[in-house]
Amino acid sequence: MNIHEYQAKGVFAQFGVWVPRGNVAHTAEEAVEIARRLKGSVYVVKAQIHAGGRGKAGGVKVCKSLDEVFEAATKILGFTLVTHQTGPKGQLVRRVLVEEGLAIAKELYLSLVLDRENERIVLMGSTEGGMEIEQVAKNTPEKIIKESIDPIVGLQPFQIRNVVAGLALFGATAKLAATFLKGLYQMFIEKDASLVEINPLVITADGQLVALDAKMNFDDNALYRQQDIVAMHDPDEEDPLEVEASKADLSYIKLDGDIGNLVNGAGLAMATMDIIQHFGGSPANFLDVGGSADRAKVKAAFEIILKDKPKAILVNIFGGIMYCDVIADGVVAAAREVDLNVPLVVRLQGTNVEEGRKILKESGLTIISAQTMEEAARKVVAASKAGV
Amino acid sequence: MSIYVDENTRVIVQGITGSAGAYHARSMRDYGTKVVGGVTPGRKGTFVDEIPVFDSVRQAVSETGANTSVIFVPAAYAKDAMLEAVDAGIELVCCITEGIPVLDMMAVKTVFDLAGARLIGPNCPGVISPGKCKVGIMPGHIHMPGDVGVVSRSGTLTYEAVAQLTALGIGQSTGIGIGGDPINGTSFIDVLMAFQEDPDTSAVVLIGEIGGGAEEQAAKFVKDNMDKPVIAFIAGRTAPPGRRMGHAGAIISGGKGTAEEKVAVLRDHGIEVAQTPADIGITLARRIGRA
Repeated sequence: MNIHEYQAKGVFAQFGVWVPRGNVAHTAEEAVEIARRLKGSVYVVKAQIHAGGRGKAGGVKVCKSLDEVFEAATKILGFTLVTHQTGPKGQLVRRVLVEEGLAIAKELYLSLVLDRENERIVLMGSTEGGMEIEQVAKNTPEKIIKESIDPIVGLQPFQIRNVVAGLALFGATAKLAATFLKGLYQMFIEKDASLVEINPLVITADGQLVALDAKMNFDDNALYRQQDIVAMHDPDEEDPLEVEASKADLSYIKLDGDIGNLVNGAGLAMATMDIIQHFGGSPANFLDVGGSADRAKVKAAFEIILKDKPKAILVNIFGGIMYCDVIADGVVAAAREVDLNVPLVVRLQGTNVEEGRKILKESGLTIISAQTMEEAARKVVAASKAGV
Repeated sequence: MSIYVDENTRVIVQGITGSAGAYHARSMRDYGTKVVGGVTPGRKGTFVDEIPVFDSVRQAVSETGANTSVIFVPAAYAKDAMLEAVDAGIELVCCITEGIPVLDMMAVKTVFDLAGARLIGPNCPGVISPGKCKVGIMPGHIHMPGDVGVVSRSGTLTYEAVAQLTALGIGQSTGIGIGGDPINGTSFIDVLMAFQEDPDTSAVVLIGEIGGGAEEQAAKFVKDNMDKPVIAFIAGRTAPPGRRMGHAGAIISGGKGTAEEKVAVLRDHGIEVAQTPADIGITLARRIGRA
């Protein structure tokens, strides 16, 4: 799960990680009021969307007066930002973060992330703040310091010293950095984060260390024990069909194609999308109904797939734990209830497959049956093109 | 022979009184697995069918001589269940549970490594040596005893591949789902090493998917350390970057972990990769000259 920058900074503050003073606004008037209370001479107005690349897309404005804050907030709020991460459709801005402007002496990079290869959390720092870290890693890997953290003993003082030295920090700033890093790691663990990224981390002209930007992702599997994080969920940042699917406990991702598909198991669901494309079609979605797909779940899945207006639908079920006849019952019942109006190809395999196929055949519905994945893919691709 | 589980495997089921635990305890026993007990705290003295239930893993081990455990407890309790099993001296723990937090797994993995115990999963279908022993949730009847090892990050896609092999008359020595999470107890390399050493395995099917770098590491291992033929399939060629495709570990992040990259690395290391999921069986059959 992702949260907004202003929300991440709120979490940072709880753990003693310094962030600029500021607050979130939903209107230009609110933005001005926040700026007035900051009592500074420079303000920053930042669009709050989950995607990165906001600055380049015009979503971040530095303002030197309250009038400029009003103007910037008016411009950004309600604007659809298109960045390299939003896709061509962009993302509508519904709120802005208004912060004090800081006199910046130096920009650094800091992150904590799960390293899948050594199965540990890695603390990463670089003197090259404000740049894309993938580019730094590629061009000047020696400018990135990495400390791999043992999950049993946690972040150790020597590791903090290594990172602080790598960031070329000395004296009072080095001491501040040690406190900052401890707070950051504690936050990562206590909040079940999967990524914390600060780019840039700045040293101000008066020697303070401040997280100018803040990005936080969380481990979806741990959300059951992070209710305050769940409360920060912003459904406006997600596709409405994906929000609906998530409520129905379906694993669904909307894609750009025109063949809807309903599969049990994530690996088989991905493989089904792949084989559709292999035979010249284009998948409209990824949908895993899970291991215990009953009639209600299959129906909910059909409803979501149909809302995306596919040209054909493929149901690909490998009945292991699930019996094919139970699945077939569910498919037939759901197809009747949702008033299916596009070609439906069903491929069943596994336990009780004969009974399942019989149910489909005797249902009176015009279901195109297939025995193998290849046959199913060929048939659904043909069906999706027949109506063009 | 086979790897990890066989006729001598004595299994206890942690979470045996839950619906999934009870169902699969029966299904494993009906397949021929020696299911010697179950564990649910507070239920000692009761039975699930004729399988005795114990309060703790330690108790179950001392009274039944179990050496293997399969876990069906909910995600919030899975860490405790795995740690309890390893503490009681269980050598092989198979965790079916999905949705376990990464930080929990990080700690569990470290403890298992220190104890020298093996964990398979989590978020996996388990392990089966056809005709001998099934520890997990896979449908036993699609399998057939034979000499091909199968290892995969997926569940139903593995069943698909196994069914293709069986339909071609090619049996399996052992089939293992290592799980779809970012941290797995057992890696592709662990399994490949075991298959290479197993005299009754003569070829291997490896089924990977997008996310992480496990397939790339496996490719290198195969080239450097194996003389048995290995073929592969990678799911997720059409998966968009940055999206978690059902499995917690199936995500392309920072441009890394794409199917194209994995397929290219596997091929570079001399491993044939099936074009489509429908060709997994036939690709292996051709590779070993049994098409």
